[in-house]
Amino acid sequence: MVDAALSPHATLALNSARLRRALRADQIFQRLTFCCALLVLVIFAGIIWALVDGALPAIRAFGFAFLWTEVWNPVTERFGGLAPIAGTLITSFLAMLVAIPVGIGIAIFLTEICPRPLRRPIGIAIELLAGIPSIIYGIWGLFVLAPMLQQSVMPPVIDAFAGIPVLSSLFAGPPYGIGIFTAALILSIMTIPFISAITRDVFETVPPVLKEAAYGLGATTWEVLWNVVLPYTRGGVVGGIMLALGRALGETMAVTFVIGNAHRISASLFAPGTTISAAIANEFTEAIGELYLPALVELGLVLFFVTFCVLALAQYMLYRLEQRAGGRS
Amino acid sequence: MRLSLRLFAGLAGLAALAVATSASAASISGAGATFPFPVYSKWASAYKGATGNSVNYQSIGSGGGIKQIQSKTVSFGATDMPLPLVDLNRDGLLQFPTVIGGDVPIVNLRGIAPGQLVLDGPTLANIFLGKITNWSDPAIKKLNPTLALPNQALITVHRSDGSGTTFIFVNYLSKVSKEWADKVGFATAVEWPNGIGAKGNEGVAGNVTQTNGSIGYVEYAFVTQNKLNYAKMVNKEGKVVSPNAASFAAAAAGANWDGANGFGTLLTDQPGANAWPIAGATFILVHKQPSNPAATKEALKFFQWAYQNGDPAAASLDYVPFPAEVKQKFMVSWNQVQGWNGGK
Repeated sequence: MVDAALSPHATLALNSARLRRALRADQIFQRLTFCCALLVLVIFAGIIWALVDGALPAIRAFGFAFLWTEVWNPVTERFGGLAPIAGTLITSFLAMLVAIPVGIGIAIFLTEICPRPLRRPIGIAIELLAGIPSIIYGIWGLFVLAPMLQQSVMPPVIDAFAGIPVLSSLFAGPPYGIGIFTAALILSIMTIPFISAITRDVFETVPPVLKEAAYGLGATTWEVLWNVVLPYTRGGVVGGIMLALGRALGETMAVTFVIGNAHRISASLFAPGTTISAAIANEFTEAIGELYLPALVELGLVLFFVTFCVLALAQYMLYRLEQRAGGRS
Repeated sequence: MRLSLRLFAGLAGLAALAVATSASAASISGAGATFPFPVYSKWASAYKGATGNSVNYQSIGSGGGIKQIQSKTVSFGATDMPLPLVDLNRDGLLQFPTVIGGDVPIVNLRGIAPGQLVLDGPTLANIFLGKITNWSDPAIKKLNPTLALPNQALITVHRSDGSGTTFIFVNYLSKVSKEWADKVGFATAVEWPNGIGAKGNEGVAGNVTQTNGSIGYVEYAFVTQNKLNYAKMVNKEGKVVSPNAASFAAAAAGANWDGANGFGTLLTDQPGANAWPIAGATFILVHKQPSNPAATKEALKFFQWAYQNGDPAAASLDYVPFPAEVKQKFMVSWNQVQGWNGGK
């Protein structure tokens, strides 16, 4: 009632002052958030610029042949990235080969088959696994997994496949204990929690009525999963796999511990190799010479490009999943 | 936008001020090799107790140390790989060694105790070339007639990071094996013909202790402190020697320290009946015409103090100090540094 006592003109002035202040605050806030967003783009562009600039001497010296040359000789300063690039792709691919079926299997068990009281403990255990720092996996890989593989797993496998044409070269000795195979195994253990946690979450977005309808028609658990749950959640599952793949591609410490850090490509999975991130982590501090450091930076650029593609793909998949979920609910 | 710019300028100014104050307080900054880090930090804490001046040494690796001193961000750089005279002159740098160290082959072989296995240079080169692939190879048997060597695959372990340790090791292999010199050569990192790589002395030691049938190389101090299973070596004069302070000192005794090569003398494969063949020194780099002569002078004062008082600390950490008359030569060379004036 106080307002009514004031003249209409005074009320207007008061309101407009308040309004202006609010508007100004809003504007500042908008600009602030815009700056934050802009910062990301600036950092992104800065990283690309720094990588390209740092790699320029190597790009000039080796050209595109860098991508398919295997030599890595710091003495003569001749560098080619094929061994680390191939090592990165091979270990990540093998890791996915193990992690995808196991990770999805865990998610299926948790959402469809697992007795209710067990769901939370197992789910929490998986989330904890995803949070373990990679160096722990590396130490465990070197001190527990590698000796076990060297003494009890690799020798019998090498002996068993000795006479068989392809397998004998794929699993050739000597048993180092560490190498491409061990690195891929560690990577798969590290990425399983990612895949199963995300897959479980998207499995839970499937409307129960769909599953109940399928069960009502007499479908088995397998049929429900294969024909109802998986088609419904395809985008999300692929997104989870892409995130895991992104982690596997860029993983550094755990891989460095167990891959053997050798710039060679071998037919044998038991032989030591290297990955892009492992090579950079190992050699960056002491890379002296005109082309050594640029060659390592160029490797980083290649990894940046590969990971960027994978993550962009994952974003796209997740976006599609959201759209689909929005459309159906 | 203008506000943020002003803020940034203010912050930058503050940072510059902080740098300026720390420089005027004459604290000594250095960076480089990881190998001498334990002894430098021990010297630094004793030096602070004695004089009140603090030394801030960052063990970022020899390559990093060379880069930092070239770009003048530190008062002294440290490297395990001596720079050739050409590079020193190009950058106006003075180089001098501080302590002696070296590499020792370590093995993991069932039934073989530390110091039992004997190797010589050509055999070691052939092992790392991948030409000897089994422990029962005649070349190894010939050197160890009394040992029961198993019929087991030989796995070599080398440094995956560039390092002075590797430099000394492959420099030795290049001297004793022409094939190694032609095929691989020497630098702080090389293209290894076979085997697995591991980061740091601890990485190589860890992999060797993990992997049955493996052989690697680490710093001498690392062997004694971790009681690793080391191998003896046959030196240039055909004598079997153990790695210890006396045999490292013997390797340095016969070397030429007249300074004509910027003190960049390599101590591998040295003559002397008791000389350990895979020895090497670690080096300090300073500018002869420093942009901040006072800071460089403080750094040299630190090393002068270390040469005069630091031997027991170095020996306790299994580094081998230089003889007094050699250290005198190093200190005389400092007169080339502008503003040193014999430390006065």
